[in-house]
Amino acid sequence: MLKQIEGSVSTAEAIGLCRPEVICAYPITPQTHIVEGLGRMVKQGAIKNCEFINVESEFGAMSACIGSSVAGARTYTATASQGLLFMCEAVYNASGMGLPIVMTLGVRAIGAPINIWNDHSDAMALRDAGWLQLFAENNQEAGDLHIQAFKLAEAVSIPVMVCVDGFILTHAVERVDIPTQEDVDAYLPPFDPVQVVDPKAPMSIGSMVGPEAFTEVRWLQNYKYGQAEKMIPALNTEFKARFGRDTGGLLRTYKMDDAEIVAVAMGSVNGTIKDTIDQLREEGLKVGLVTLVSYRPFPAEALKAALKGHKTVVCVERAFNFGMGGPLSSDLEHALKTLPNTPRVLTCIAGLGGRPITRASLREMFKKAKKEPWNGMLFLDLNQKIVDDEVKHMTSVRKSGPLAENVVARVKTPAAE
Amino acid sequence: MLQIRFHGRGGQGVVTAAEMLSVAAFLEGKHAAAFPSFGSERMGAPVMSFCRIDDKEIRLREPVLDPDILIVQDPTLFRVVDVFGGLKPEGYLLVNSHKSAADIGLKGAVEKLPSGHVCVVPASEIAQEHVGRPLPNAALLGAFAALTKAIKLASVEAAIREAFAGKVGENNVAAAKACFEAVAGKVAA
Repeated sequence: MLKQIEGSVSTAEAIGLCRPEVICAYPITPQTHIVEGLGRMVKQGAIKNCEFINVESEFGAMSACIGSSVAGARTYTATASQGLLFMCEAVYNASGMGLPIVMTLGVRAIGAPINIWNDHSDAMALRDAGWLQLFAENNQEAGDLHIQAFKLAEAVSIPVMVCVDGFILTHAVERVDIPTQEDVDAYLPPFDPVQVVDPKAPMSIGSMVGPEAFTEVRWLQNYKYGQAEKMIPALNTEFKARFGRDTGGLLRTYKMDDAEIVAVAMGSVNGTIKDTIDQLREEGLKVGLVTLVSYRPFPAEALKAALKGHKTVVCVERAFNFGMGGPLSSDLEHALKTLPNTPRVLTCIAGLGGRPITRASLREMFKKAKKEPWNGMLFLDLNQKIVDDEVKHMTSVRKSGPLAENVVARVKTPAAE
Repeated sequence: MLQIRFHGRGGQGVVTAAEMLSVAAFLEGKHAAAFPSFGSERMGAPVMSFCRIDDKEIRLREPVLDPDILIVQDPTLFRVVDVFGGLKPEGYLLVNSHKSAADIGLKGAVEKLPSGHVCVVPASEIAQEHVGRPLPNAALLGAFAALTKAIKLASVEAAIREAFAGKVGENNVAAAKACFEAVAGKVAA
């Protein structure tokens, strides 16, 4: 049924249709509306046989999720930013124990400086925590990816993080087709765990593993990642057959055939990039796009197939590693290095801490990528004067003060100094 | 694509206004996207929200930088923020005030924009009369329908009823109708 609806609400409705049996979460912006919506649905009886557990923290939330998943319940949670970091230890435990929990990440910047807006720092911080990570471009996909996520998680027994850009998607009101319960039931069978604690047949899950077996456990965890990579396109095909639309599987492409420059990006920025591409093509610059849906597993083979023969690739990334570069660029360079005539990978860091990514800025950036490709990270819309002034200040004065507060003061009163 | 930018102050229902407009467009079978400016919300602080309406899927996620229509819920904002930023030369300006355009310093805008594209309507007073509170957001959507003819009044009414149940919804619908008629009269004259 088509609805004009807030992203958090449509996402909550899609999750409710997946018949979760335990929902356990702690509120944090910008994910809060999702779990509030689910809490309401549980209380009103719209989600049957489901317990909503209130906890004292995100660490408690993920710990309770581990317990309920081990007991064989389909388990869901959501968090963002500092909340994800606070539950970090338990996040690793959930994947290490192979528990198919599904978690929404209302993707958000990490402090300090405290910032409630979107970038991909939280998702990137835990990209190696052993979870699968899927990124939504719009709210239709946010819902659809959750339905696929439960099926994927339970098929391979790995937890899945569905990454939904905070505010940009969670707080946007747009058209979403909410599927019927009948269709979701037909697509997603009841949870049949590969491991479950049962008083009638006692066993241990989560025990200590020494040097004699640890490598093998990790190898098998990695093997399951490979299974997931094969399964994601298949589950997407099955989804399309049932619902008449799809999310692209591992990745999607846009206007690639004759592209001189190819952008690679994850999440909500893909829509703006597509509109920018249409404008640039009218002006004669042929840009294409690869929208990465699955960041973990990282689909190296699919990316190689999509980018083979292209000369220049620009990763538009909403996070970076200090002293290193863009995580997506690094992963992509690694994946592409075995291609003959390896494409050059440029890194564009954009949209940090909620700074809008505009068509105007993207257009200039793509033109620059063609005319004067750069090395290292290009920070889109960086105010060069402010950082130059602050560098001058901090290198000339010992007690130069707090960086963040200094920069905010410079932004507010550009004439100062 | 039609792009609308709402300016108001925290507590005036600026975000709800954009959402209701998107619902009205949706009810006419159009694609629409509404979103807030994501500030730290505080009562009284300048707030923006955005709405895009199109016949095809809306992919763009940037804030509305080049609006076709500006809806200003509080005329004191002209002194505080760059309300006109990016307004298209053929654009519309809809302002909530009981004063005249000249009295709130909009002479320049009246001269610059096409004739009949600037509209000042006492939406707070109309809302006070019908809703009992000076919340201009729903009322202004009625004015929007009359001024731009981009959306039907009936769709605005349905969107208001979807946002506010019962008596509050009906009262806001009455305010929107009154605003529609006030503006339709002006446009005709």
